[in-house]
Amino acid sequence: MPNENMEIKAISGHPGPVAGGNVSRDYDVCKLIDTTTCIGCKACEVACLEWNGYEFRETTFDNTYQTMPDTEWNYWNLIRFNEHEDENGLQFLMRKDQCMHCADPGCLEACPADGAIVQYANGIVDFNQENCIGCQYCVTGCPFNIPKFNPTTKKVFKCTLCSDRVGAGLEPACIKSCPTGCLHFGTKEDMKVLAEKRADQLRKNTAHTHAGVYDPDGVGGTHVIYVLHDIDHPERYGGLPKNPRVPIMVRLWKHPLKWIGNIGMIFGVAGVLLHYVRYGPKVVDKKETRKP
Amino acid sequence: MSSPTVVREGTILPAGEIVRYTHKERVVHWVNGVTYLFCMLTGLAFYSPYLYWLSYVGGSPAAARTLHPWSGLFFFVAMIWMHSLWKLQMVATPEDKAWKDGIKNYIENRDDLVPAAGRFNAGQKLFYWAMYYSAIILLLTGVVMWFPELMPRGWHWVLTIVVPVHAAAALVTIGAFIIHVYMGVLMVPGGLKGILYGRVSEEWAAHHHKLWYNKMKKQ
Repeated sequence: MPNENMEIKAISGHPGPVAGGNVSRDYDVCKLIDTTTCIGCKACEVACLEWNGYEFRETTFDNTYQTMPDTEWNYWNLIRFNEHEDENGLQFLMRKDQCMHCADPGCLEACPADGAIVQYANGIVDFNQENCIGCQYCVTGCPFNIPKFNPTTKKVFKCTLCSDRVGAGLEPACIKSCPTGCLHFGTKEDMKVLAEKRADQLRKNTAHTHAGVYDPDGVGGTHVIYVLHDIDHPERYGGLPKNPRVPIMVRLWKHPLKWIGNIGMIFGVAGVLLHYVRYGPKVVDKKETRKP
Repeated sequence: MSSPTVVREGTILPAGEIVRYTHKERVVHWVNGVTYLFCMLTGLAFYSPYLYWLSYVGGSPAAARTLHPWSGLFFFVAMIWMHSLWKLQMVATPEDKAWKDGIKNYIENRDDLVPAAGRFNAGQKLFYWAMYYSAIILLLTGVVMWFPELMPRGWHWVLTIVVPVHAAAALVTIGAFIIHVYMGVLMVPGGLKGILYGRVSEEWAAHHHKLWYNKMKKQ
């Protein structure tokens, strides 16, 4: 649901400008996930379900620590687990996977439904199921495989970054539950500083000399950022894309190609009207003299 | 107006009229037309935020999304049925070449210089084939867009291609549709009557489709 307490910056499928664009003094919010201190306890998963009122889902066993294969329409937050082995030994990589709240969201770009996806001035990207038409273009537009379709209601769901809590001045539910303190929430600016400090600490004091902060530029930066042991290989963390981008065809389609079509249709209608004014109807002489 | 009991194409009726379209042809035309119109309006709603209000012809935007593919499916079925009736008549004939060469005279209403046409002139045939092939593309791409949830996530990139192709084919039909409706309703008086009631005047037939008229006269 759009949150009345938060200024809206962008609306999907919306004609004309948006009231809150570039006028808000809201802070950019950000969730920082330090994968190097995550123990994979899944408290954040439970907190997410508790706050949002969904039931725990059935788990599956695949010989690893992974509890289920993917996030779902009613399971927005999942620890991705990977046993990574290389010349340095075995590593248990755990990453809390949820919506990244991109500054340039592919879901919102692709969505044709007015008001089904909104981006608040504080950076949160939220789905409004009331306006969702179930076309699932958002799924296509998302480089992180986040939006999930509910086949019963024909609506798409995802992590809201607890927009309902943030709008009321609270932290997201997952942040509250983390026992190791690997989750942090604050302004984007502060979280970036904290993340860089932690990455620097890892590079200097541990064997993780490639530690770094994941805040990909391809989607304008994200409002969920990670500290990774090895920033050169984000794909090891359950398929985190190295250089996520909104698909180029979605971009082309939403801008130049659409306008070519719009102009074509306008010219088509104008053309026939002009023809009518210039040449008018074909008159059939009632006393057609041409011989059969 | 009472309907004639004789519905064979080309039957000469009293009062100087001739059967232009049979009952079956008119039904298939309008099933095709109505389902097309619904798809066009709801499709335009999904195409542009400025036309999103058109989705209310389906009841609500979400209902329009549900109904659009069904309407499209019926449109395609009607198209196939129409094809079974008209495919042979839509094949290009030698006189089409002359008609096409003189299209400027046709457009500028110098009809005395326009070569005689058969039951369908070259422009009508072009319209038919544009709709027919577009319908095939729209069906193939539309089925993919109907149930994206059945598509494995790794195949989702296909949608980024399929959606613009669907729209491109739809735009071809919209261009053709604009011209078709303009000609049927405004540019060629008598055309709309022909497809509604199946009858045109003999003068109309002789003026616009002389070769067809001559052939029907002889029978």
